[in-house]
Amino acid sequence: MRIPAQLALGAVISALFLALVALSFVWTPHEVTTLSIAEKLQPPSAKYWLGTDHLGRDLWSMLMEGGRTSIAVAIVAVGIGIGLGVPLGLAAAATRGSLLDEVIMRGNDLIFAFPSLVIAILITAVFGPSATNAILAIGIFNIPVFARVARGGALTIWTQDYILAARVAGKGAARISLEHILPNIANLLIVQGTIQFSLGILAEAGLSYVGLGAQPPTPSWGRMLADAQTFIYSEPQLAILPGLSIVLMVLGLNLMGDGLRDLLDPRIRRART
Amino acid sequence: MIEARDLSLTIHGETILDRVSFDMEPGTTFGLVGESGSGKSMTALAIMGLSPRGAKVSGQVLLAGSDLTRLGERDMCAIRGNRISMIFQEPMTALNPVRTIGDQVAETLLIHTRATRAEALKIAEEKLTRVGLPPDRFPLDRYPHELSGGQRQRVCIAMAIALHPELLIADEPTTALDVTTQAQILNLLRDLVEEEGMSLLLITHDLAVVADVADHVAVMQTGRIVEQGATEQLFRTMAHPYTRQLLEASSHQPDRITPPAPEPLLEVEGATRDYVLPRRSFFGPGPTFRAVKDVSFTMQTGESLGLVGESGCGKSTLTRAILGLEPLQGGEIRLFGKPMTPETAGGLRSGIQVVFQDPYGSFNPRWRVDRLVAEPFHLMPERPADWCDRVAMALREVGLPAQAMERYPHEFSGGQRQRIAIARALILRPDLIILDEAVSALDVSIRAEILDLLAALRESHGLAYLFISHDLSVVRSITDRVLVMRAGEIIEEGPTQQVFSHPAHPYTQKLIKAAPTIPAEWKEEEDA
Repeated sequence: MRIPAQLALGAVISALFLALVALSFVWTPHEVTTLSIAEKLQPPSAKYWLGTDHLGRDLWSMLMEGGRTSIAVAIVAVGIGIGLGVPLGLAAAATRGSLLDEVIMRGNDLIFAFPSLVIAILITAVFGPSATNAILAIGIFNIPVFARVARGGALTIWTQDYILAARVAGKGAARISLEHILPNIANLLIVQGTIQFSLGILAEAGLSYVGLGAQPPTPSWGRMLADAQTFIYSEPQLAILPGLSIVLMVLGLNLMGDGLRDLLDPRIRRART
Repeated sequence: MIEARDLSLTIHGETILDRVSFDMEPGTTFGLVGESGSGKSMTALAIMGLSPRGAKVSGQVLLAGSDLTRLGERDMCAIRGNRISMIFQEPMTALNPVRTIGDQVAETLLIHTRATRAEALKIAEEKLTRVGLPPDRFPLDRYPHELSGGQRQRVCIAMAIALHPELLIADEPTTALDVTTQAQILNLLRDLVEEEGMSLLLITHDLAVVADVADHVAVMQTGRIVEQGATEQLFRTMAHPYTRQLLEASSHQPDRITPPAPEPLLEVEGATRDYVLPRRSFFGPGPTFRAVKDVSFTMQTGESLGLVGESGCGKSTLTRAILGLEPLQGGEIRLFGKPMTPETAGGLRSGIQVVFQDPYGSFNPRWRVDRLVAEPFHLMPERPADWCDRVAMALREVGLPAQAMERYPHEFSGGQRQRIAIARALILRPDLIILDEAVSALDVSIRAEILDLLAALRESHGLAYLFISHDLSVVRSITDRVLVMRAGEIIEEGPTQQVFSHPAHPYTQKLIKAAPTIPAEWKEEEDA
């Protein structure tokens, strides 16, 4: 079986980022908590590969360590969304029209009705600002997104003849959802997952921007971007570099998601070989 | 006058159409017959200048002397919908669901003429009246979902004839419709051709429809016209072996089988099924719709029973109740004397299996054939150890090699998939297989093969068939006894030959009369 080119490219980009982020646990060129005001806003040099920020911290080290927060928030938040949202959506589709379906979907509407940032602020205000609470807040808003996508996709699959055939074979709704529905909506979920992942990174940036995400001195791509806006004309690289990191990371994951979707679909897989 | 001269079409070097030539006189109907993949629809698209990306067209299409293949996209846009228009097979998807029928008919006029909206709607009203949708019963502000399939097809026709096209292309216009509706639509098309003096290019797989409607016929096979001529002449002579083969396949009758000693297999007694419709007000339950009304019949082991009815008559609902998938609101269904309900355990359920109409929607596209065919083993307490051999055997019985197990459903043709569906139904050695329009989506020659296969399996396995179909000719050829269903009730029942030759109920008479046939005397001559 040949691996699609975009899957390979996406995997290389994502792996590169993940490797750098993993490396930051054991080694960074400089300590990101060390301030050195004397060396603030330096251009790239042998000592500071990408220069320094307004507090004299090494940008390269901050990018490595900041990725930790951003990626962790996005992965866990998407995980919460898929882990809770997809089963809820499948259950709603399996019992379409019932009370359970109504309760799940109206509950979804309820969460959708509030601007996500407002609720996130509420959560962090109650439980205190921290990366963990930011993850929770963003994760909760992923639940209705995945529930809706899963339910919508599942509803069309439920009308297929092969579902009727499975019911004639005596299979129950739970088993049908798992064996027939889930694999056939996987492509939708993967695409939605990559979108939510990028939104997760941005949401974390937003929360950090208002001071409710990761707390200083823990760096994150989002906060680096926020901090850089004062210097956007004089030192544009301070904004461009974390921004570029987010874009590349998201691009890599999107490519990987698309490639994975094709790889999982036997119709496309065979056509390729 | 429309002429196709040596019209060829290749896609990435593969020949799809090979020197197709024919000409059509105004006020006549030209039938283009062939099986799927013969290139009949591609011919229509090539005439319209709508051939798919990557296609290379050569030859000429002459419309009143000018060659359409040489025109640019802009000029073709002025011709499409104006001088040439088209109607499609599926009236459900050919209309925009969020726009009213009046707007959709008026749209053609607004694009091609300088008419104002009011004028266009006025003409739309006339055209809709002409196709049998008068504004007092079908106001212009109706939406497509408020109409039946036949009525929607009428709207499509009104759109197509709004500007008096010289050529109307109808691609399988009645395939998705019931027999009585089909007869009405064909009559309408015939009248329009005569009155408006346009040419009709009728594309169909059904020889009987062409025999009924067309003045000239061309038979297509793998991109080539193998035979063409005046309809009666062509049917009488049948010069080309492929034409003969098509005709034989369409009226194919598998060998009759004498069933084993009969004993009651399936008893349906006073079955009644209600659906709850959406609530009209916020409080109180919604109204109910009775889809199946007090239906009773008995099937014997080894019997082949037909159930005929038009769409919406309740036959699919009855099928799901017999399969024990939906509860009844009254009456009882018994298999081998034991009640069949949604609570029934697996043991009894394995006695009854089903094959569906659509060979494409019947399989989970992500599963391999071995897993698909083995799915009914779920009804057994545990999957037998030799399941693999049994799948291979079932596949062999339906004429597929054991290697098919390792492949995915999309790698098979429609006919092969229907064989896989039959293998899945056979795997548990059931006593009864419900065939829900199981051959309706297949080409005639494939259909003949599947009917033979079903007949052979019935003999070797002592199977009983409940054959559900709207296609009278198929029911006639394969069943011993037939039930006619209308609006949830069984209105006539009896031995197939008797019901077809002497229908007692007026509805049955209407059904049989509406089915298009090839005049018997055209065929007799050939036998002589």
